[in-house]
Amino acid sequence: MRALRPATVAAIAAATAVTVVSGCAAKNDGKGGSDKGTIEVTASDTSCELSAKEFPAGHVRFAVQNKGSKVTEVYVYAPGDRIVTERENIGPGTRTEISAEIKAGSYEIACKPGMKGDGIRQKVTVSGKGGATKRDPKLDAAVAAYRKYVQDQADQTLPAARKFADAVKDGDVEAAKKTYALSRVGWERTEPVAESFGDIDPKVDVRADGLEKGQKWTGWHKLEKSLWEEKKISGDDKTLAAQLITDLQDWQKRVGKAEITPTSMANGAKELLDEVATGKVTGEEERYSHTDLLDFHANVEGAEKAYELLKPVVAKNDPALAKELDKQFKAIGGLLDEHRDSKSADGFASYETVDKGERKKLSDGVNSLGEPLSKLAAAVAGAK
Amino acid sequence: MTHDDDTSTVNTAAEGGEAAQTTDGRAPSRRALIGWGGAGLALGAVAAGGTAAALRTGGDAQPAGADATAGSAIAFHGRHQAGIASAVQDRLHFAAFDVTTDDRDELIALLKEWTKAAARMTAGDAVGDGAVGGLAEAPPDDTGEALGLPPSRLTLTFGIGPTLFEKDGKDRFGIKERRPEALIELPKFPGDNLDKARSGGDLCVQACADDPQVAVHAIRNLARIGFGKVAIRWSQLGFGKTSSTTPDAQTPRNMFGFKDGTHNLAGTDSAALDKHVWVGEGDAKGKESWMAGGSYLVARRIRMHIEIWDRTSLREQEDIFGRNKGEGAPVGKKHERDTPHLKSMLPTAHVRLAHPDSNGGVRILRRGYSFTDGTDGLGRLDAGLFFLAYQRDVRQGFVPLQKRLAANDALNEYIQHVGSALFAVPPGVRNADDWWGRALFA
Repeated sequence: MRALRPATVAAIAAATAVTVVSGCAAKNDGKGGSDKGTIEVTASDTSCELSAKEFPAGHVRFAVQNKGSKVTEVYVYAPGDRIVTERENIGPGTRTEISAEIKAGSYEIACKPGMKGDGIRQKVTVSGKGGATKRDPKLDAAVAAYRKYVQDQADQTLPAARKFADAVKDGDVEAAKKTYALSRVGWERTEPVAESFGDIDPKVDVRADGLEKGQKWTGWHKLEKSLWEEKKISGDDKTLAAQLITDLQDWQKRVGKAEITPTSMANGAKELLDEVATGKVTGEEERYSHTDLLDFHANVEGAEKAYELLKPVVAKNDPALAKELDKQFKAIGGLLDEHRDSKSADGFASYETVDKGERKKLSDGVNSLGEPLSKLAAAVAGAK
Repeated sequence: MTHDDDTSTVNTAAEGGEAAQTTDGRAPSRRALIGWGGAGLALGAVAAGGTAAALRTGGDAQPAGADATAGSAIAFHGRHQAGIASAVQDRLHFAAFDVTTDDRDELIALLKEWTKAAARMTAGDAVGDGAVGGLAEAPPDDTGEALGLPPSRLTLTFGIGPTLFEKDGKDRFGIKERRPEALIELPKFPGDNLDKARSGGDLCVQACADDPQVAVHAIRNLARIGFGKVAIRWSQLGFGKTSSTTPDAQTPRNMFGFKDGTHNLAGTDSAALDKHVWVGEGDAKGKESWMAGGSYLVARRIRMHIEIWDRTSLREQEDIFGRNKGEGAPVGKKHERDTPHLKSMLPTAHVRLAHPDSNGGVRILRRGYSFTDGTDGLGRLDAGLFFLAYQRDVRQGFVPLQKRLAANDALNEYIQHVGSALFAVPPGVRNADDWWGRALFA
């Protein structure tokens, strides 16, 4: 965890601008007429009908009717499958209304009978000024796939984190120690996206020195300290473990709305390496548990995933860069493999046992990958 | 600090030939940004009358700030590399690199890219497309901290360590048989306390400039270009050159307060340079021919025990050096440059032991710098001399000299050698098509 970067803050601001405003729906009633601005969405178990597939940008209302036999949900997706708005738990035979501020551009409306899968989708066009410029469909596909990855990571983190939290709640120090690092993997793989929700990160991944005045220390690292430094679990720690799960659920729920663009993916990959370069390679991140190498590995995996998804475009725009990145990802993987330890709970040696010379090698490896990775965003932006 | 005065530093101006290079019109030249400031005037002089000499007479005779040529450019191309016999600039950033790739072609590509960047930076130009004006989504090619600064007589001098030829018994790049015989493993000298992390290196780059920001900028950019192929093993910042360079110059003082390097080799004395510094055609035969016109560089980080020195009486200090502290005159003499009478000094006096007359006429060219890297955690100043010396063959130069000093020098009580490296410094980059180490890899 580190302080929010200006770019991240901008991304949050942008995301907020397109956010759901269902609470204010009534205010606009007089403006566009009650029925004129409303899109009828008729959902069944096999279809998703819309009364209009083109409508003007601005405040849009969707009147949803579930005529099917299953509970459904309705999503409005921006390119790259960013959730603009969604409504869950629409029971059979019920009606509901969803409302959102939508900019000009291309979107997809999805009904998900049974609340599962990608849903039945309809393409819609929102007209008006200030629409997003048309992007290479390959990049949209990359963003969508990355978003799915990010969601999967959040989904997989919850059970792992529950295991950890349960051990803490049981007062079982050894079991908690064994599950601690593993509960962080999904978070570490997708940290730049997780951090874009400025309010979650300081609750779950803050270190003692990152606390603001008056801020209560919560999250993984507080528990890490109790387990390894104090070697006992307090009543407060048990409460914190429950709180950690609540905060991670919040993340899991909101991650689909994160603003992700091809360049933010590329820069996110670079930021993951920055995390390694500043926190992990120094052993600062996991100063009590010394499980830095697993975090390190997860950061690299997350960066590699973003790169792999962007690679079809990068390989075309800057083949030399793609070649170098392939090589450096492989090299850092090889370096990390040298520190695998099948006897440890997380699969890696304790960072305490990694000597100065080996840390230097890891640091050099991070620089070797981080430098070409910093050119990824330009290679992606160069796409026509 | 070892070899005081008497062995010497050479100092010429750029031995390369042409004076300042002009910019090639690409994105932001530092000189373009400084307008009519220092370097602008220097360039004006060249344009007006081609008075390259005006640029080439180094600023050594006067404090750098007062020197009209202090901000100018030193020619990058020439028969020998700049930064050896060139007038010594006031600031240093020296870096030793480990080569991390094992791909010969990749190493060659890096050396070409480095050479190109070095030529641009010594001319006062930014690397690549510059520090500003490029793609908004990408980090700029140049790191930018030298924007607006004049070339500052930056020189970048490139060397090759023994481990590039062979490491752990392995011929790493197919050049093992081309390793020069003079590129030896330095013997262990009595009193050495060498830190491996501050010693050795496959490659080195010595950056000297009148402005520390310019020297640091150069190393930083080269390191960045090298990520993935090379990694910095160690580096050293230096200030306050410790060697005299021209006979009438004020000799700078070292961290012990003594004038140092009084009778260094003069950079303009080409006969002495040929005899003591440059590797001759005859030295570099057959597989070693790539070294003709080059030199050998010894780098030693010499820690000075400042606190105990400062508690030493003036008489003892002067006896240890064999000079007086105020004027710098040898024992029994009046002026700094009076010929020393070695026999009137203590047998363990530094000057006496280091003098060419005590060493069969051996001379080396010194370019050392003082350093102060804060304190060492015990409250002691981490300071001393970063000793740099160029010579035609270390087996006749540094090695016998240091053996004598390490065994006998009274100064040893106050100093300790903590870092050490030896590099073969190839001849100069001839033109824009040439590159650092080309002849070695040809």
